[in-house]
Amino acid sequence: MRKGILGWVLAVCLSFAVSATAADEIKIGYMATMSGPAASLGIDILDGFKLGMAHKGGKLGGLPVELIMGDDQLKPGIGVQVANRFIEKEKVDFVTGIVFSNVMMAVAKPITDAGIFLISANAGPSPLAGARCLPDLFTVSWQNDQTHEAMGKYLQDEGVKRLYLMAPNYQAGKDGLAGVKRYFKGEIVAEVYTKINQPDYAAELAQLRAAKPDGVFVFYPGGMGINFVKQYAQSGLKEEIPLYTTAFTIAQMVLPAMGDAALGLLNSSFWGPDLDTPVNRKFVADFRKEYGRLPSLFAAQGYDAALLIDSAIAAVGGDLSDKEALRKALRKADFASVRGDFKFNRNHFPIQDFYIRKVIKNSEGVLTTKIIGTAFEDHADAYHSECDMQW
Amino acid sequence: MSMQLWVVQTLNGLQLGVMLFLMSAGLTLVFGIMNLINLAHGSLYMLGAYLAATFQALTGSFFIACLLAVPLVMGIGMLMEMSILRRLYDRDHLDQVLATFALILFFNELVRMTWGPQAYFMAIPESLSGTVEILPGIPYPAYRLTIVLAGSGVAVGLYLFIGRTRLGMIIRAGATHREMVGALGVNIKLLYTFVFGMGAAMAGFAGMMAGPILSVETGMGEPIMILAFVVIVIGGIGSVRGAFAAAVLVGVADTFGRILLPPALSSMAIYILMAGVLCFRPQGLFPAHG
Repeated sequence: MRKGILGWVLAVCLSFAVSATAADEIKIGYMATMSGPAASLGIDILDGFKLGMAHKGGKLGGLPVELIMGDDQLKPGIGVQVANRFIEKEKVDFVTGIVFSNVMMAVAKPITDAGIFLISANAGPSPLAGARCLPDLFTVSWQNDQTHEAMGKYLQDEGVKRLYLMAPNYQAGKDGLAGVKRYFKGEIVAEVYTKINQPDYAAELAQLRAAKPDGVFVFYPGGMGINFVKQYAQSGLKEEIPLYTTAFTIAQMVLPAMGDAALGLLNSSFWGPDLDTPVNRKFVADFRKEYGRLPSLFAAQGYDAALLIDSAIAAVGGDLSDKEALRKALRKADFASVRGDFKFNRNHFPIQDFYIRKVIKNSEGVLTTKIIGTAFEDHADAYHSECDMQW
Repeated sequence: MSMQLWVVQTLNGLQLGVMLFLMSAGLTLVFGIMNLINLAHGSLYMLGAYLAATFQALTGSFFIACLLAVPLVMGIGMLMEMSILRRLYDRDHLDQVLATFALILFFNELVRMTWGPQAYFMAIPESLSGTVEILPGIPYPAYRLTIVLAGSGVAVGLYLFIGRTRLGMIIRAGATHREMVGALGVNIKLLYTFVFGMGAAMAGFAGMMAGPILSVETGMGEPIMILAFVVIVIGGIGSVRGAFAAAVLVGVADTFGRILLPPALSSMAIYILMAGVLCFRPQGLFPAHG
């Protein structure tokens, strides 16, 4: 018995000795909201990430991967607990996922302070893109405002004169509308903030109809978006006043629940399932084969997160101990992104194109989106100049 | 605000009101008669929506879905009463809150396991999908008008049932003189199960009616439950008449609060209303216990 334990201790010591030079496996902590009504985003990101790994032979950078799960339950406090488990107990090399900005704001510092690279596959809050940017945080999705800015730019270019704005009354809602207003210079008829998770919009829609704007922009993610889009169509407003929104409202996983109410709606995104790059074609086809549904933008972000990690580990030859070299490799973003061109700005947020998409029914009668135009090419976020990181 | 807009918004308030009534009628009876705080009432609303959406997808008919879903939710409610809630009547309110909160978590996860994490789709029946011009140049969704009519119909039916039938009389007596009714030989256990089932059926009906307007998803019953509790406190616990008056009052106050007041104040509007009512009538508008 005693001999057995000694053997184990020896084996563990040896494994530590080895890992100092070239690791024989990498540990990745996946943290997202995996329960409750908002779970479908985290699930899509994870499925995309797993597909990225599968395309690299089940490994990342040639190393086998141990994926450790953590559910933040959309609570920053729980997120910090998960982060501590990843840091103290699991001793992970990377953390990825992170759907919501409030969770991101709570966990970004503790994780990166522990010398762990954090690859955000969704949340991109403005403070972390600006003055409080972090050398070990890489955001592979977008900065929160960018997608909204793209629609603001499109509305400006289209010559929409009087715009009506609506969003839930919380930080992301206010940021979203601020993003639109950064590029839309016409008249804002009204800026309406509704209670978060409000289910019914009949009263607000009656006010909107009376104001007779040329267009309506809304930021309603998840279930709120389903409610709003359905009720907008049911009120007969869809035929009267065009509704503009973003891929956060028109995400692939909510389209079945919206039904024909969503048909024809314009929305902005950095990506679409029909984006014509070789990597994306393969990603979409294999995702459908593997999971039996079309991927959302969140799945695309998860896929790219896996490919980014893969590229960096491969570049340093599996030596995870040299943080400086690993950071340099991550900065290069030397991977084939689903979106085609991809590079990091100096705040480690992407510089990328943004598209306008339209909701259509594909040849099989499934609701999806089709890219109809480009709002921005190589669009950098509005905060990177406040970040004093040099590289 | 123009005259037409006032009319439309009043209709919107009424529509929210009848929805709230369907939710709070069962809640207030259960609270008034069994002295049970049932937080999981919203889960029955959610089940109503999910079951109706599923039956609609299977049969293609909204009305068949209604005929199947409502009795099924009633059955689930009665089963819930017999298996779990019955044991809680003699416990204090804190135990009831804890146990029924656990039921919320249970039902949310059950729904997620059965129907998946994505929101579920439910269509408006074809015949009710358009808009009706209630005033020249003011279209109003036909389906929402149907909700107002159907909800008012249920309210009238319930009023007649409680006020004019023998069973209704026993229920009223149960709300005011619980022990005495039992002493007179009424099978209290059966009565409780029946009352709970009736409340469940109305919650299921509300969920079903809400299904085509709202996103059918886990946790959809919780926001409306908070309002329903405000309604039964304002209306007077145990009083169906009070629940109806308070539901319309809260529906209209919430609607006009949202459009006339700034966001921070509008989310408080109904709670200010509740505080105001309780200030002058601590037992609610129509207290059941004299």
